[in-house]
Amino acid sequence: MSKPEDLEKGSKLPQPTAWKSNEMLKRVKGRYRSEGRFKAMGFAAICAAIIALVLLVGSIFLTGIAGFSQTYVKLDIYFDPAVLEEIQTSSGEDLENAFISANYAKLTQDSLRKLFPEVKSRREVFRLFQFVSPGSRTQLQNIVREDPGVIGKTQSLWILAADDVDMFVKGKISRNVAQSDRKVSDLQIGWIDSLSADGRLVKRFNWRFFSSGDSREPELAGIWGATVGSFYTLLVTLIVAFPIGVLAAIYLEEFAPQNKITDIIEVNINNLAAVPSIVFGLLGLAIFLNVFQFPRSAPVVGGLTLALMTLPTIIIAARAAIKAVPPSIRDAATGLGASPNQVVFHHVLPLSMPGIMTGTIIGMAQALGETAPLLMIGMVAFVVDIPQGIFDASTALPVQIFLWADSPERAFVEKTSAAIIVLLAFLVTMNGLAIWLRQKFERRW
Amino acid sequence: MLKKSILTVVGAGALAMSFTAGAEARDQIRIVGSSTVFPFATAVAEEFGRSTKFKTPIVESTGSGGGLKLFCAGVGETHPDITNASRRIKKSEVKRCADNGINDIVEVKVGYDGIALANSKETKQFSLTTRQVWLALAKEIPVGGSMIENPYKTWNEIDPSLPATKIEVLGPPPTSGTRDAFAELAMEGGCKTFPEIKAMKKKDKKAYKKICHTVREDGAYIEAGENDNLIVNKLQANPNALGIFGYSFLDQNSDVLQGSQVNGVLPTFENISSGKYPVSRSLFFYVKKAHVGKIPGIQEYLGEFVSEKAMGDFGYLAEKGLIPMPKAEMQKFRADAKNLTPLQM
Repeated sequence: MSKPEDLEKGSKLPQPTAWKSNEMLKRVKGRYRSEGRFKAMGFAAICAAIIALVLLVGSIFLTGIAGFSQTYVKLDIYFDPAVLEEIQTSSGEDLENAFISANYAKLTQDSLRKLFPEVKSRREVFRLFQFVSPGSRTQLQNIVREDPGVIGKTQSLWILAADDVDMFVKGKISRNVAQSDRKVSDLQIGWIDSLSADGRLVKRFNWRFFSSGDSREPELAGIWGATVGSFYTLLVTLIVAFPIGVLAAIYLEEFAPQNKITDIIEVNINNLAAVPSIVFGLLGLAIFLNVFQFPRSAPVVGGLTLALMTLPTIIIAARAAIKAVPPSIRDAATGLGASPNQVVFHHVLPLSMPGIMTGTIIGMAQALGETAPLLMIGMVAFVVDIPQGIFDASTALPVQIFLWADSPERAFVEKTSAAIIVLLAFLVTMNGLAIWLRQKFERRW
Repeated sequence: MLKKSILTVVGAGALAMSFTAGAEARDQIRIVGSSTVFPFATAVAEEFGRSTKFKTPIVESTGSGGGLKLFCAGVGETHPDITNASRRIKKSEVKRCADNGINDIVEVKVGYDGIALANSKETKQFSLTTRQVWLALAKEIPVGGSMIENPYKTWNEIDPSLPATKIEVLGPPPTSGTRDAFAELAMEGGCKTFPEIKAMKKKDKKAYKKICHTVREDGAYIEAGENDNLIVNKLQANPNALGIFGYSFLDQNSDVLQGSQVNGVLPTFENISSGKYPVSRSLFFYVKKAHVGKIPGIQEYLGEFVSEKAMGDFGYLAEKGLIPMPKAEMQKFRADAKNLTPLQM
């Protein structure tokens, strides 16, 4: 038996550890147990994270997937010459006005009344007219514009149904509650059932969601305007933040003398990376809008503001990448007679580029998901038209999600989730690109 | 690579310079203001863009106060043309406008908005008086002549006719216009029913307001953020809670939520329109007259807003949850909008 007391006394020579002794076996067992406990806890932590992620993404996907389809109703539209008379008779400037101001709603209304001639009372007729989306007017306008020869003929067209109809068809509004308690009345359900029995109702992939701007009608709302806005914003961010960030990093790493001032700058850059983004929004408001008088809600202002926010991320990543290039490269280049400038631009920068790019992409992905700074500079706005340049009013993807989440219409719930799916897809792509760049070009020294 | 980036920086700089040098004339109406009017203003803006040759106006949701601040900052293209408000413009704001050279403001009333107190359909409908609402939510209440910390934990402690459930009310934060209106209409309405507090109004208006408008902070009133949809979701998850939000959200979710009677009146379209429902407020927008004719389309936008197909009883704004005005009032504001009659305070 070798007890610790014996050793302390030093009366005997230290004995070799008795691995097989009961005490030792117990200790080893205890160590295995604690290791097992630690493993189990770590595994539980991972499980909790995965469950949270699955729940979040799963619930978004489940609600969002319905947002990619939309209900259409088949109507026989008679392009009534009486209604479209002005288009036939006018020309030039007047023709343009006639195209815009023609009463296209009357065409769908006539067609609906023909389908349901029994509807008579004013209130019921009003309900019936709301069966189709206001977007149907644009649809008919485009048809007439393309071929004015259609006037006087009847065409069978798939017309976009209103959001309430869409919600009912998708089962988001239950028919099992009392009539007074739901947005869709028994009468409307009757119409939906009879149209659906005739094969006049169909759910189709919602292309419009990817091609149109915002709308107050959920069935017309799309994310293209916000996507273009995000693109312009990020473009400005990249053009401003990338060169400034990389130049700052090169200077600090390769040329700056090591003294108090550079130390202070370094600490400040690291601190800036942790500043809440809303602060940058306030800065953007004060500088770009109030001093420089840039237009409100413009991607150029959003881009500049987000560039301020992304700069520290890029500088930190670029510095780390430059630092990772071994000094031997620099020594070798200098030894062969390269000037400091040549060393940096011929050797260090190309070798650190993959790291810099990774950092930049991650910084851009962060900027893509940012809403708070945009709030201050007026990009949280209702913008229907697709922005044509960096000075046009626009929103951004996360802002669009925020605005839809705040809308009372129930159909916006699935649109919100659908937009989140699109934003997530962009983020995953960008982060994937960053990983791919790292894998492909990174060198191990 | 570097040469290219330097070029792009110079390019971007030049672009920015060229812009500030010769700002193009704005050809798009810019609207700011209340988040309550936002759903209606955007609906009109969209319809206006669709049915005319003008560009669709840009509508920002900044809150009533924030909107009026931007609106009153000056005349010119960089300032908004119209601001929405879920309350009437204040005298101080009119003065601020005047100080910045904005003398003629056209006021247009949009309609009414009711503030609903609602709960999940799974539980019984509430029937409250404004007095009970105030007693349930006030920070301090009068008992035996002095003000004490609100002691009520369950509804039936206030009145035996109410259910024996915990007082749990989800509502907007103090920054919200809905909260302001709720405090003014429901809370103050209930607080006035105590004669001793009502008497204070003349003597010490500040103290009176403080007693009437201050909401308890012990967890019975839960600030649920500006997002009314969030409150709707939380009410479904918690059937015992009561929520405070705009009528349009109740209208859209009438299959899962029920409005509570306030002073015996349910928040319905008819009751709010006729003024019977006590917790309802007027919505407005204000137009800078100096911009009419400078920015294309303002007059036409006004025309669209006050038209029968928008504001009328069966208009598309009613479909979005706006409560239309009575006929005579509508005629007045229609005429004001048409003639651009300046506001007189």
